[in-house]
Amino acid sequence: MMYVIPMVAVLIALSLAVFRALAGPNVFDRVLAANVIGTLAIMLLAVLGFLNGRPEFLDVGLVYAFLNIVGTYAVLKFFRYGALGGEAPPDEESEERAGVMGVHER
Amino acid sequence: MTLSIPDLFSWVLLCSGSFFLVTGALGLVRMPDVFTRMHAASVMETLGVGLILVGLMVQAGFTLVTVKLICLLLLIFFTAPVASHSIARAAMADGVEPKLDGPKLDAREGQIKPFFERTKKLTTPIDAGEAESAASVLVEEGDIQPDKGGPS
Repeated sequence: MMYVIPMVAVLIALSLAVFRALAGPNVFDRVLAANVIGTLAIMLLAVLGFLNGRPEFLDVGLVYAFLNIVGTYAVLKFFRYGALGGEAPPDEESEERAGVMGVHER
Repeated sequence: MTLSIPDLFSWVLLCSGSFFLVTGALGLVRMPDVFTRMHAASVMETLGVGLILVGLMVQAGFTLVTVKLICLLLLIFFTAPVASHSIARAAMADGVEPKLDGPKLDAREGQIKPFFERTKKLTTPIDAGEAESAASVLVEEGDIQPDKGGPS
């Protein structure tokens, strides 16, 4: 019964993070909220497994953690360069931006 | 119902982790800026997740479940700050300005100027004379070192 408290906390935090993902004025707010939602989903899986007495969902949680970081990077890279690697359209603005991000400098 | 010592320990860990999760989520909603929201989310992803997972580890004992929980904890512990950092860097380079306090703006501007100048150049043309005078004032006061070879 002691797992009810973290379960309720995770659910409250999830609802607030979903609110931020829907209401975030920026795309970076949404990416941040999506990252937090992914982390909270892992926590939900772990605590739910212990609550049911069968903690076998942790492997799924590991996969979710990997997908979370990869997805965050994919979305960020798409919104920075307009493409997911390969050959981005070589306009002047994206060249300057790549210089700022330290891609061409180091 | 009496609690044994490990149960009590893990109960304290789970409750404090839940507290940090709810606090971080409230900060995620209430904070005014992308960067401050990121600060709140970092509290959630390190302290909240860490404490709850350690509490679950105490409950699981020496089993394979604990090994999986340790893997999960290390993975989140190392990837969440990296993701936060790259979100902050992408937002900064995209021209999202951090909200600064009013009276302290002059003192702080000199410190974030070198990075901020490079990023601001992409979105809005910066007033060169103003930046020069602010930087010279700070150099005279001895707050920062003059930046040699920086972007003019």
